[in-house]
Formats: sequence, C-alpha cells, structure tokens
Amino acid sequence: MTWSLVLNVAVGGILTGLVYGLMALGLSVIFGVVKVVNFAHGEMMSIAMYLAVLAFATLHLDPLLMIVPVAAVFFAFGYLLQIGLINPFINRPEHSQFMLLIAVALIIVNGLLMIFGPDARDAMVGYAYDSLQFGPLLVDKVRLYGAAAALLGSAALFAFFRFAPTGKAIRACADNYLGAQVVGLNVKQLYALTFGLGTACVGAAGCIMVLLVDVTPTVGTAYTLLAFVIVIVGGLGSMAGALIGGVLIGLSEALAGLVMDPSAKSMVSFALLVVVLLFRPQGLAGRRA
Amino acid sequence: MALLEVRRISKSFRGLRAVREASFDVAEGGILALIGPNGAGKTTCFNLIAGVFPPDEGTITLDGRRLDGLRPDQVCHAGIGRTFQLVKPFAALSVEDNVMVGALRTRRDVAAARLAAREILDLLGLAAKGRHLAASLTLPERKRLEVARAMATRPRLLLLDEVMAGLRPTETDQMVAVLSRINRETGLSVLLIEHVMRAVMALARDVVVLNYGEVIARGTPDTVVRDPAVLQCYLGEAAL
Amino acid sequence: MTGPRLGLWCDGVPRRALVLCGILLAVLLAAPLALNSYLLSVLILVLYFAYTGQAWNVMMGFAGQLSLGHSLYIGLGAYTAAALFMHFGINPWVGSLAAMVVAAAFGAAVGYLAFRFGIGGVYFALLTIAFAEFTRIGFDHFPWVGGAGGLFLKVVGKGRFDLLHLRGSAVMFYYLLLALTVAAFLLCHRLMRSKIGYYWLAIREDQDAAQALGIHTFRYKMYAVLLSSAMTALGGVFYAFYYNNLFPEQIFSMERSVEIVLGPIIGGLGTLFGPLLGAFVLTVLAEGLRDLLSALGLALPGATQVFYGVCLLAVIVFLPDGIWPGLRRLLGLDRAAGPGPKREG
Repeated sequence: MTWSLVLNVAVGGILTGLVYGLMALGLSVIFGVVKVVNFAHGEMMSIAMYLAVLAFATLHLDPLLMIVPVAAVFFAFGYLLQIGLINPFINRPEHSQFMLLIAVALIIVNGLLMIFGPDARDAMVGYAYDSLQFGPLLVDKVRLYGAAAALLGSAALFAFFRFAPTGKAIRACADNYLGAQVVGLNVKQLYALTFGLGTACVGAAGCIMVLLVDVTPTVGTAYTLLAFVIVIVGGLGSMAGALIGGVLIGLSEALAGLVMDPSAKSMVSFALLVVVLLFRPQGLAGRRA
Repeated sequence: MALLEVRRISKSFRGLRAVREASFDVAEGGILALIGPNGAGKTTCFNLIAGVFPPDEGTITLDGRRLDGLRPDQVCHAGIGRTFQLVKPFAALSVEDNVMVGALRTRRDVAAARLAAREILDLLGLAAKGRHLAASLTLPERKRLEVARAMATRPRLLLLDEVMAGLRPTETDQMVAVLSRINRETGLSVLLIEHVMRAVMALARDVVVLNYGEVIARGTPDTVVRDPAVLQCYLGEAAL
Repeated sequence: MTGPRLGLWCDGVPRRALVLCGILLAVLLAAPLALNSYLLSVLILVLYFAYTGQAWNVMMGFAGQLSLGHSLYIGLGAYTAAALFMHFGINPWVGSLAAMVVAAAFGAAVGYLAFRFGIGGVYFALLTIAFAEFTRIGFDHFPWVGGAGGLFLKVVGKGRFDLLHLRGSAVMFYYLLLALTVAAFLLCHRLMRSKIGYYWLAIREDQDAAQALGIHTFRYKMYAVLLSSAMTALGGVFYAFYYNNLFPEQIFSMERSVEIVLGPIIGGLGTLFGPLLGAFVLTVLAEGLRDLLSALGLALPGATQVFYGVCLLAVIVFLPDGIWPGLRRLLGLDRAAGPGPKREG
C-alpha cells in the first residue's frame, strides 16, 4: 500500500463525504427545527436518484443539471408532507412519529420496486471514468463535481439560515417554540418550509449521488441509516456537524475499504456511531443538552 | 438527633451556584417548610435529597444513614417519598394502579398493594376516581395523586414540592387538613416547599427561608414572617 | 386441585373473555383439519408474527423501550440453533436454549450500553438498528455460518414427524408455533398482573416518577430486554427449521424488524391481544391482496409491502391505539363502567 494510494482514497472519501454531508444536512435541519426524525430520509433520496436516472436516460440531461428542478419538486413534496401528514403528529409520542415515517419509507421503497423493478440502474455520464491529475493525486471528475455541487448547496442553505429573514425566523422557532408563537410567527408554515428545505437537500444529494453509485429500490434504507450515523456523529441538529460528520464518515469508509472487504466497511461507521453515542452523545459539534 | 439532617450542601450548575452550604433538620414527626422566592434553590435542595443528582459538597442523612450519592430509587428505599412540582402521573394507568405501583415495593403481592392503594386513595378523597385514567384527572386531583403515590411507598419522610399550587383556598384547606391528620396519626414527617403562605402558616412547625441558594432565616412561621431579611428578599428594599 | 391453579390465570378476567379465548383456541387447534397447505402456510405466518410481535411488545408495549432492531434476535436465534445442529448435530431443542442465551447476551449488551449511558428515545432506537446492521454485516463475513452465501439445512420428506429434531411437515410446525404463541400469551398475561408488569408500565409512562417510587429502572428495563430478546430468538429458531435456509441479508434486515413491529402497533401497542390481532389482520389482508393482484394479472414485487405501509399509515393516523381497544369495546370485554384502565388485557 503506497502513500499515494492512501492519499487518493482519502481524498475520494472526503469528496464523497461532502455529498453525504448534504444528504445528512437535510435530516439534521428537519430534526433541529421540527424535532421530528425523518426515518424515510434515504428512501426520499432514492426517489431523487430515480428521477435523475430517468432524466438522463430519456432526455440525456446531466444529473447535476437536475439538482435545481429536483430540489424544487422535493421542496414542494416535503412542504406538503409536513402540512398534510406530519404536522398533526408534532405532539404525539416519539414512537408514533417514527412509525409514521417508517410507513412512508416502506411505501416509497416498495413503490419504487413496483415501478422500476429490482434491477440496479445508473446514469453513465460521458465523464464517468475521467479523472483530473494534481501531482500524485488522481481525482475522479464525478466526485469532484459532485462534491463542489454539494458544497454549493450546503453554502446556500447556511446563507439562508444566517441572512434571510425567514431563515432567522425558522431558527427562532427551533430555539423557542412557544416564544416564536408568542411573537406571532406562523410556526406551522415555518415547520413546513423547514421540512421542504430538508427534503430539497436530500433531493439535491440524490441527483449527485447517482454519479457515484447505482440505484436500486432498496438502497434507501442504507442511506437513512448512514444519514443517522452522520448526524449523530456530528451532533443531531447541528448544521456544521452534519457536514463534518459526513466528511468523517466518507473518509473512514474509504480508508476502511483499503484494509477490509468493501462490503464490510459500513461496520466502521456503525462502530463509530456506538462509540460516539456512548462517549459524546451530543455529537462532535453538538451542544450538551 | 433529627430524622433528616442536611449539612452544608452545595450544588452548582454550569458555574451557577443553585444551593450554597444549606443546612437544616427535619425532626422525627416534624413538619418543615422550605420557602423563598422563585429561583432560591428550593427544588434543587429537594432534588439533592431525593437523589436526582448528588451534592457537590455536604452530607444528607436520614436517621444517621448517608443519603447523598444514592439513586432516587435507593433514596425511596431508605424511607423518603417525594412528589414532583410538575406532576408526573402514569397517564395511561388508572388512578388506583398509579398508587398501587408505589405500594408494591413494601407489600407482599399485587392484591395487598391494591388494598393499600384503595385505603390511601380514600384518605386523600380520590376513592371515587380509582378506576379512571390518571390522564383524566384535573390538576388539583393530580396533585393529590402525587401525594397518594408517594405515601404508598410507606415513607418516613414525605417531600412535597408545591402540592398546593393551583389549588383553590378551600382545596388548600382540605389538603392541609389531610396532611396534618396523617402527620398526627402516623407520625409521618414532612418537608414541604410551598408558596402558599396560608398553607405554610397552618401546617409547618418550622420554616427555613432560602434566598439565592442560602439559608437566610429559620424559626417558627410567626417569627420568620416578621424577619426583616425575609421581608426584604420577598418585597425588596422599599418594604423596609 | 385445578380450581386454584385456574384461578391464578383467570383472576379478574371477564367470563365472556374466557369463553371467547376458548373458542379461538379451539378454532386454531382444529384449523389444520380444514385448511389446505397454502392456507395453513398463511396461518403459520400469522402465528409467527403474532409470537414475535408479542415478544417485541414486552419491550416496547410494556416497558416503553422502542427497539427497531429485533431482527437481530431473530437472526441470532436462527443462526445459533441451525449452526449448532448442522456442525455438531446438537438437538434443536438444546440449540434453542443456546439461541436464547446468545440473543439475550446481545440484548444485554444493547440494554447495558443504552441504559447505563442514558441513551433514550430516538438514540435508543438507532442503537438497536445499528447493532442489527452491524451483526448483519458481521455474519456476511462469517464463513462458519456460510457468510453471505447463506446457511442451508437439509430438507426432509414431507411425511416425517420428528418433533425431537424439528424435522417434519407444516402441520407439525403449525402446532409447535401455536404452542409457542399460547405460551407467550399466557406468560405476558401473568406478567402484566404481577409486580414486574406494573413496574414496566410505570417506567413506560414516566421514568423519573417510577424511580422516585423506588423502582430500580435500570434493572427492570434490563429484564424487559432480556426476556424480549430471548423470546424473539425462539421465533428465529422456528424460522430456521421451518424455512431451512438463512441469509444474513434477509434475516437481519431492517425490513424484518419493521415486520415484527407492525402487528403489535396495528393491533394495539401494550395490549395482549394486539399482537395476535395485528398479525392476523395484516397477514390475511396482505395474502388476500396478493391473490387478488395475481388473479388480475397485476402481481408485482413490492405490492404487499406497499400495502403494509398504507395499513400502518392508516392505523397510526386514524387509530393511534390500534384496532384492539375498539374491538374489545365491540365484544363487550371492557371492565366495569367508566373509563377503566386503557392499556390492559
């Protein structure tokens, strides 16, 4: 094992991790504000992946071009889902919320299975196997472009929460539900907006992800778990934590792939999850409750 | 020797000292009221005694036995029953089952615990509600359920955290009557946190006043309410 | 002699409920005489979900600890008994004990870590999933049990009826599973009327209040996890010897865990009949739907699961307490007048 190999794998892992980060960001934002855990997160991403694959197969549209339209559609989807289905559950016990979203996940996975069948699909873009060389470093184009897009998406979200009045209002809701209601914020609508933003993130991440992996109907569950691992490692509800966690998990998975059977590499993430849960349950970037 | 002896206990949260070097006793068969303005550290004192968290310094003993550092269930076993200021009923269980859970620890079996629960509910005027879900009770009823449940554990000392808050004057008087009767008949000692002075004056034999986590006055109810330091902390400088 | 012993089980149970239970049991006992092999296999599936649902219910319905990783215990139970049988010829009944021990040991690990370190709510659910996934991947790379390629037990002729070695026809498995389900039901019934059951409910409702009443919450939560995982492992042993093949991918999957959870939630969380009712309603409806779709030429993979999802969604939204509380009222089994204890019986 040479240094340049390790370096290449590490850089690849970090770039993939940024895409993971964008996906997990959606979960983190939803949890941080609405306090609902989206157990259908990865499954939602798989819908976006299929949309991107379809657009590529029929219209030859680059998946990266699909980010904006898919994110828009997902925003509407998330908004309506929150208003219609999830909002009545805000004050219900946690386990009912989980089961509600698990039901949604079950429907998505098997709905996709009914429509697309069990076979894996992909979007073979022209540059799928191209790489760029920087000294000893060989970077896949898809990974680089994907990571750039993910960073852009995350930056947009950060900017929204930092500067936009609506973003600030949402943060106020997250900090103090009662207070937000008292000062006249429409909490129900802000929650729906947040859920929409969270699903938009995962939609965008899905479009990028088809450049990196094949999509099957059942791929979603694994990504739901991955997103959980990432946000818990990073700190549930912390936006920066989601990105850090994503990079960390991407990196550790990639490096683990060097020393063990690639199909066993997610054991490393789960081990990391257990360690973080035990010793720093608030996550790496989270505040202690 | 007093039943409960609290000696110089202190507790800080993130640098804020909620309780500093507070000491007080509850005599065997006595009723002590812990009063003070909001944020004076009363509930923290309670939680220290009940084992929710350990004190940073100081000792707590019940009948000579150290309590500090024990878990809440161990404190209960040692002979202390407590209520919660924000009531915590087992909502999906019947009122009777709520009390029975408390009684199970010291009774032979479920049937014996159920009998004990009925007696206690009777004592607190909740007998008619025994089969109702705890979730269906009104706030004053829930407060009484808290007391009933704590009493079911057969404590030697009862910690009551604002059980009169939100009660109407007549209900307060009823609760005072029930508590003083139990105290008289069974010798159960009571430590209560209370804002309702009407209840404190009627029930407590001794009063300890906390302010900013420190004991600023102690004595009988009559002397304490005339204490200048107490008046100042409740009413501000202008009162003097 | 039988009087007091019966009294132990039937105390406080309405007469009408006893009669209905008797009829139900008689129907279940006679069922194999009337059913063809397909319908029998459906009924086996019903009992399988009823049993595993009952086991899961101990942990969530009674003690309030949400496990979404119960496939872990199914898989461990199945693999332990099957591998011991295959490699060492150890009798499956002995293997069952080992299976329960292994599953309970894993349960103890999950419970200890979670309860000692104060991991609750969503974190606990995730920890259970993480353990199941971790173990699944581990078994994928565990050559002794065949790894990802699976573990296969030799299939024997249909005519055999070898209860000792768990080799035989579907009818044998049916009665075995029925016995297991009835035993689990009776056990839970007993527990719910004993100190431990009431302590579990108290912990489920409010942990702080429970602890203040002298309940050693850590210990009682551990009891729930140990019992639930050991019971679930027996379901796994059954699975192994009934289906004769095991793949980590399938048996440890999250989908398996969710299937286990569906019955009790749809039937009624924390009730004794909920898991039975939920398993029956779901399985029968799903099989009916499958038949209907294939008759219409619309059979698609995934249709059953979509149906599960829609059922789950509908029940959670419209019947948050499940089907059983309503049905119990219809059957006139509610105790006395007035709003009695909701989550019993």
